[in-house]
Amino acid sequence: MAKRKFGLGLSLLLASSTLLAACGEEETPEVAGDTGDEPTEEEVFSVAMVTDVGGIDDKSFNQSAWEGIQRFGEDNNLEQGDGGFDYLQSASDADYNTNLNNLIRRGFDLVFGIGFLMEGAVAEIAQQQPEAQLAIIDAVVEEPNVASVLFKEQEGAFLAGVAAALMTETGKVGFVGGMEIPVIERFEAGFRAGVEAANPDVEVDVQYTGAFDKAELGKTTANRMYSAGADIIFHAAGATGNGVFTEAKERKEQDPDANVWVIGVDADQYDQGAVGDTNVTLTSVLKRVDNAVYDISTMAMNGEFPGGETIVYGLEDEGVALADSRGAITEDVLAQIEEFKQQIVAGEITVPETVE
Amino acid sequence: MGLLEMINFIVPSAIFYAAPLIIVALGGVFSERSGVVNIGLEGLMVVGAFTGVVFNLFFVDVFGDATAWVSLIVAIIVGMLFSLLLAVAAVSFRADQVVTGVAINLLAVAATIFLVKKLFDKGQTDTIAVNFSRIDIGWFNQIPIIGDLYWTSILAIVLAFIAWGIIYYTPFGLRLRAVGEHPAAADTMGVNVTKMRYIAVMISGAMGGLGGAIYAQSISQDFGHATITGQGFMALAALIFGKWHPLGAMGAALFFGFAQSLSIVGTSLPFFSEIPTVFLYILPYVLTILALAGFIGRASAPKANGVPYIKGNR
Repeated sequence: MAKRKFGLGLSLLLASSTLLAACGEEETPEVAGDTGDEPTEEEVFSVAMVTDVGGIDDKSFNQSAWEGIQRFGEDNNLEQGDGGFDYLQSASDADYNTNLNNLIRRGFDLVFGIGFLMEGAVAEIAQQQPEAQLAIIDAVVEEPNVASVLFKEQEGAFLAGVAAALMTETGKVGFVGGMEIPVIERFEAGFRAGVEAANPDVEVDVQYTGAFDKAELGKTTANRMYSAGADIIFHAAGATGNGVFTEAKERKEQDPDANVWVIGVDADQYDQGAVGDTNVTLTSVLKRVDNAVYDISTMAMNGEFPGGETIVYGLEDEGVALADSRGAITEDVLAQIEEFKQQIVAGEITVPETVE
Repeated sequence: MGLLEMINFIVPSAIFYAAPLIIVALGGVFSERSGVVNIGLEGLMVVGAFTGVVFNLFFVDVFGDATAWVSLIVAIIVGMLFSLLLAVAAVSFRADQVVTGVAINLLAVAATIFLVKKLFDKGQTDTIAVNFSRIDIGWFNQIPIIGDLYWTSILAIVLAFIAWGIIYYTPFGLRLRAVGEHPAAADTMGVNVTKMRYIAVMISGAMGGLGGAIYAQSISQDFGHATITGQGFMALAALIFGKWHPLGAMGAALFFGFAQSLSIVGTSLPFFSEIPTVFLYILPYVLTILALAGFIGRASAPKANGVPYIKGNR
């Protein structure tokens, strides 16, 4: 028994020492950063971002934000690293505060927190570091030194709804959502409104799967919708949406004449829809986080940092858009979509944010 | 949806969902019947899914339409090799089997995502071009209810019966069970406990790899951090729910699949659509708890499960 306890003690010691070692490693870049901003390049504007748990290459908003920052860096002759542009990845929710603090201490003039998951962390750091300039994507933080960035997902989804309503042959389209959270509900509301505006007779079959990472649920749901007669499904469900693509592709593979389509989300998902020489991707609703990040960075560089404000990007400023359909949508439908787009931009149509 | 249509939908999708779970759970049956607790099923699935997808992507030009099947074989081999980590630690070095299993799970996710980053320079792989689809044979598709099946689903069910035959009706199976119930007795009768346990763990590695590769190639079609999220644990639950019996594990996995498809088809049924969706989300888990607590009775593990065998110790 005594021996075993000794062993346990030893392993505990080992475990704590590795943990401490890990802490030590994290300290180092900070120290390096402190000395790093000694060379006084006051005029150079530097910008950095903290990802949420999705990671820098999530094919979604983190990746898009980083692309915006890289573009900003290139256009302003910045280099990756201190005094230029950089990012830190968060492995878990616990990293948000540390990462934000880390970047501020390294002297970045503007630090982005990406994703609504970081709302709390950004608010806390903004209070602790009133001098720092922060920005958050997909959430609102009411602090004088935080710029909040939102998107009108409903406007992009509206156009997708128009496309679906005009392209459907069965008179039935589907919407597969991830979790019932405000962002996804904006997609649903916009999609419904778009279908309604283009052709009120088209039926919309809506189902939430309750998860963003369960492809099998997406597949079964899509199977149900296609079986029930829907021919176009719009998904806003992250990796669950992979299953929607799988189901559509399988049907297309079995019967090349099958009329099944998927509308992708966030990024252009054309590559995911490839079946041999054909493709089941009708189009994708793009969320241009990169444009927003670029825009905010430019404003901040010019001394016009919109601290305390909430900026909403919609169709008008290319914050949301429809991806190239590569011929899947006919010319006359594209023209009608463009018409609706102009009406939204001109304010003649207001797309609802929530489903009544 | 009429009743017949509903059954026509629920049964194939339940079997489809269950197929990877059945296979992985069978692997767990072998390992646990020999006395090695295998929490690492999830990790083995991750490795299998990764191997299947990556091999599929790189060798699709070589094997053409057969790529998905060749990928399964490769995933089996890699899963086996990966499970050797568990075998060496748990059998030879008598490490705590639960802790080792957890380590396998952590290692598998971290290592595969790391490799994906190195190979593809992004967070997930591309989408595979050749995958498993529904069986496409005219006369077969005409059969009601099961006409919508996948080859992989049939493979899973056949494997369950084979595993049942092996474990209960062959000398190998008898030795396997003996080693899991009372290794000292088996040892005195000349059964090599270490060897049996190594073989059993490697079978679980092979099945874990196979299940993961089937999942990735029939459902997600790419590999990333969100590909395998808990299916291995569902398989583990199926194994316990099925009382460490191959056919029981199969039944349990099918039951999970049934609950899962019911939760999806539910929204379009007249009665179910009144229920708030959150109750449909939790339906599979609630049904499982109810079944475990109420109908199955006490589930008893093999006696020597989780206990390293030390020769000469009583």
